[in-house]
Amino acid sequence: MPSIVSVKNVRKSYDDGFEALKGVSLDIEEGEILALLGPNGAGKTTLISTICGITTPTSGSISVGGFDVSADYRAARNLIGLVPQEINLEPFEFVMNTVRFSRGLFGKARNDALIEDVLRDLSLYEKRNNRTVELSGGMKRRVLIAKALSHEPRVLFLDEPTAGVDVELRKDMWELVERLRQDGVTVILTTHYIEEAEAIADRIGVINNGEILLVEDKTALMARMGQKEMRIELTEAATKLPESLSDYNLVLSDDGASLVYSYDTKAQRTGITSLLKDLQAAGLGLRDVQTSQSSLEDIFVGLVKESS
Amino acid sequence: MNWNGIQAIWRFEMARFFRSIIQSIVSPVLSTSLYFVVFGAAIGSRIQEVEGVSYGAFIVPGLIMLSVLTQSLQNASFGIYFPKFIGTIYEVLSAPISSLEIVIGYVGAAACKSLMIGAIILITSFFFVDISIAHPFWMVAFLVLTCVSFSLLGFIIGIWAKSFEQLNLVPLLVVTPLVFLGGSFYSITMLPPIWQTISLFNPVLYLVSGFRWAFFGMSDVPVAASLVAITGFTALCLGIVWWIFKTGYRLKA
Ligand SMILES: Nc1ncnc2c1ncn2[C@@H]1O[C@H](COP(=O)(O)OP(=O)(O)O)[C@@H](O)[C@H]1O
Ligand SMILES: [Mg+2]
Repeated sequence: MPSIVSVKNVRKSYDDGFEALKGVSLDIEEGEILALLGPNGAGKTTLISTICGITTPTSGSISVGGFDVSADYRAARNLIGLVPQEINLEPFEFVMNTVRFSRGLFGKARNDALIEDVLRDLSLYEKRNNRTVELSGGMKRRVLIAKALSHEPRVLFLDEPTAGVDVELRKDMWELVERLRQDGVTVILTTHYIEEAEAIADRIGVINNGEILLVEDKTALMARMGQKEMRIELTEAATKLPESLSDYNLVLSDDGASLVYSYDTKAQRTGITSLLKDLQAAGLGLRDVQTSQSSLEDIFVGLVKESS
Repeated sequence: MNWNGIQAIWRFEMARFFRSIIQSIVSPVLSTSLYFVVFGAAIGSRIQEVEGVSYGAFIVPGLIMLSVLTQSLQNASFGIYFPKFIGTIYEVLSAPISSLEIVIGYVGAAACKSLMIGAIILITSFFFVDISIAHPFWMVAFLVLTCVSFSLLGFIIGIWAKSFEQLNLVPLLVVTPLVFLGGSFYSITMLPPIWQTISLFNPVLYLVSGFRWAFFGMSDVPVAASLVAITGFTALCLGIVWWIFKTGYRLKA
């Protein structure tokens, strides 16, 4: 499948010389939900701004729907909806008007029925005749989403949509993303909540210091996360493992004092019972047993540490 | 052409004007009336006539120009500065709309507003003095060109400004003095020769003079010079705006 967003080797240096993107390449497939995970200052907003035309890349190329975002900006931007990280709204404008404005700006003919549907979906309909300044923070964020959806984008960027919002809005947001997925909309969201990426994404990308460290299917990552390790300390150091244990893929430590057994917690049989039996049969005495789990958080922290 | 986009910007900007409609209309009417009272009645009783035109009527083109220039600058600079200031500019920058269309939307709205204010002042002045307009077509042409070119200048100032102070600086320190020294309320022939020469370097003189010619058929500088000056000024502003969008100056990081 051709990718709907294609970022090739993009670098971005700001005027002060700071390089916020250091050769980012990323392909996003049509219809997928991609979570970009990264700490503050990683370059998430810069990457999104560069795709959407708010900042110009120093080098590299970007296409959306096959259209180059600079040479063919009209066609590319027609497909894009953007919900920025900061809540930027004209304070004295009415909700309905500001959403209408967005649709017009994107060249679409006025369609109040559609906008009212969008507002209803976001529980904003009752507020349509309020001025934006009268709304709570969460409501303002909903207005920003309504503005982005008003022109029926095929690709939606949500920049930290749930940072600092209440639980209810976060749940609504997740449901919204699910509905968009069913409509075939590609969604790219940035977050620093791992649970959020886990809950809604198909793929997870990890970004730090302007570099993409990994982009992987969530299920593959989860599988890695589902791996557990059992460390078995022996009463007497072994120099070589007996043949009878070869099926377990055990790893003997350098000093021969411990063994590590990796297994999948989600498998039908973990093999622990038979391993312990076979260890006893082989005459190896156990002093201690520990298990540890590698979480997405561990993977993330590990990756971020490695890169910095 | 993204006509819906242009219309969206234009409407949005006009809505700002109509939100404060009372202020938008009352303030020019009031200040014009005051000018008539002060300049027309007080000074007019001494000056009587300038080249065959009553002083009250003589200052009408200058009064209109004064308001139109300041309003164009204010409206256009605020119109683009405010979205930059509160951050809503992201939407315009990420929309499928060209620089030209953005300029038509913002500058067009600002020019329309000042055109309306110019018309209001003209109508107000009919209540105070007798005026007939010798060249109506040229009167409208000069007015429209002035609204457009100074709205373009305002747009440039709005993009350049990094604070509200800077936003008010240019109109206050540069434009208002130029308007007052540009023959708005007198003919430069009334000045000593040295000041007449200096005045010729004031671009506003050419605007006022051409505009006044359209009313009364008399001018401080040849009409052709006025036309060349305003067309050149418009072209210069367009060039700067083109450069701003090409480089993303103070718009894009
Ligand atoms: N306009 C700018 N000028 C200079 N540096 C910037 C600018 N915007 C962002 N940065 C820097 O670029 C880096 C990445 O920022 P950003 O993309 O906002 O990160 P994130 O969204 O992942 O938190 C940060 O170190 C930030 O300080
Ligand atoms: Mg950010």
